[in-house]
Amino acid sequence: MTTTQIVLTAAYLVTAILFILGLKFLSSPKTARRGNLLAMFGMLIAVAATCFDTHILSWRDILIGAVIGAPIGFVSARLVKMTAMPQMVALFNGAGGGAAALVSSGEFLKVLSGQTPASWVTLLPIVLSTIIGCISFAGSLIAFAKLQELMTGRPITYTGQQVVNALVLIAILALAGLVLTGHLTPSLFGGLAAASLLLGVLGVLPIGGADMPVVISLLNSFTGVAVAITGFALSSTVLIISGTLVGASGTLLTMLMATAMNRSLTNVLFGAFGSVKAGAAGPAAASGAGVRSASVEDVATLLAYSRKVIIVPGYGMAVAQAQHAVRELAQNLEKRGVEVAFAIHPVAGRMPGHMNVLLAEANVPYDQLKEMDEINPQFEHTDVALVIGANDVTNPAARNVPNSPIYGMPILDVDKAQHVIVLKRSMNPGFAGIDNPLYENPKTMMLFGDAKDSVSKLAAAVQSA
Amino acid sequence: MELLFTELTVFVLAIFVGFEVISKVPSMLHTPLMSATNAIHGIVVVGAMLVAGAAIGGAVGHAIGLAAMILATINVVGGFAVTERMLEMFKGRGQTGTGTPKGRA
Repeated sequence: MTTTQIVLTAAYLVTAILFILGLKFLSSPKTARRGNLLAMFGMLIAVAATCFDTHILSWRDILIGAVIGAPIGFVSARLVKMTAMPQMVALFNGAGGGAAALVSSGEFLKVLSGQTPASWVTLLPIVLSTIIGCISFAGSLIAFAKLQELMTGRPITYTGQQVVNALVLIAILALAGLVLTGHLTPSLFGGLAAASLLLGVLGVLPIGGADMPVVISLLNSFTGVAVAITGFALSSTVLIISGTLVGASGTLLTMLMATAMNRSLTNVLFGAFGSVKAGAAGPAAASGAGVRSASVEDVATLLAYSRKVIIVPGYGMAVAQAQHAVRELAQNLEKRGVEVAFAIHPVAGRMPGHMNVLLAEANVPYDQLKEMDEINPQFEHTDVALVIGANDVTNPAARNVPNSPIYGMPILDVDKAQHVIVLKRSMNPGFAGIDNPLYENPKTMMLFGDAKDSVSKLAAAVQSA
Repeated sequence: MELLFTELTVFVLAIFVGFEVISKVPSMLHTPLMSATNAIHGIVVVGAMLVAGAAIGGAVGHAIGLAAMILATINVVGGFAVTERMLEMFKGRGQTGTGTPKGRA
């Protein structure tokens, strides 16, 4: 080992340690910022160390790339609205996946030029990380397009879809087999990358918006795994460790999200959940009769004279950007001595923890945000459960209608509160396209309208009540 | 081959460390966790530097190296910046409003 190699290896070890410590500090909101800073510092050390790597012969492409990439990353990260956070995360994730695939393609060029021996020990990681990186890149772009509403958020399905996807997968495996058995041509490798990109697109198309928390975590783990495997191709321990940490984290989150919906990962990926089925609209339209609609004044009075109110936010709050109005309402209630808590369902919104970030943006103290298991026993002793733009996660059908598509999904027990107020734009069924019997519960009153508008009016009315 | 097994050892141990560390993150911080891990897989920038700096494969090699550098830098810089932005919003009771910590109520 030369001195340079020793210094490089030591620096990468420090990076790995800082990443692990950084993630450890992320387990508490008090230390989380320090954790992010540590990880940032670790990244800085790794990049600085790599500058001394003797394999770097030309600086031109490195500098041009950094000068283009850094401002794009920084500016978009600072400018993006908090409500658009899921798609931003998807986009950065896709960039990482794409980079991993490109790095592996670069390594393939080295094999082609004879710089690296063409053994399976180098080729296998190159092929695998190209496949996974491409899937992650293309899949993330589709997830971005769905969340940004550049395309419909509903599942896109057609007959024979699974057959087509299976054929693309078989093509990928065949091409990978050819490359691994020594057919080292740029066109075969390019075909492999193209087929992988296609699978990324086709794989995410049939997945609906409400399942995005699972998809985003899964793609995150894909990129992590792609980076780890790239580490094998480059014999870089720091890439292996960091990529694996991310892969493990993404996998864990994916499983948590799937469990929170009581669905298997297979069902999320291939079930096309939330696609509009014929007949789903029929019963939904017919059953709008039993609901009670209330006025802002009614609801404000009810809230103002309650002892305890639990607010249940959902994706509708994010869409209406109502988080600041919600905080104002909560504050006005607290000023009157009403106890206010927020009930956060694990899959509310479009990414894991989505509601927490939005409410944090609106300055809601994090100790007021309660997880499902903690808050559910409290609904019994609650005067009003105020549901703002949440639907499926409050649907009692998940508890007692065995043939409902969401049967068995853990829900927030809002119907156990004395009164339930549901803020909703219209009687359209939620994402899953399922009736919500909660709306016909005699305890429930509906307040129709834009969530932000309704909540602002409520906040003002509560103050003057 | 020996190197491969050392790497596999590191890989397997990292899986366990990853699960261990991350299973302790509360659901409240899941978005920042995702965003931070997102930034961490930006470590691929190290690989991008090596590919872009190796100057192999003519025009195609340059294009691949440059594109890898751009994407990896977007990933790293954007990932950390967005995580920092999220985390600076998480405040406890008594810290709301002006943003200056006044101690916990």
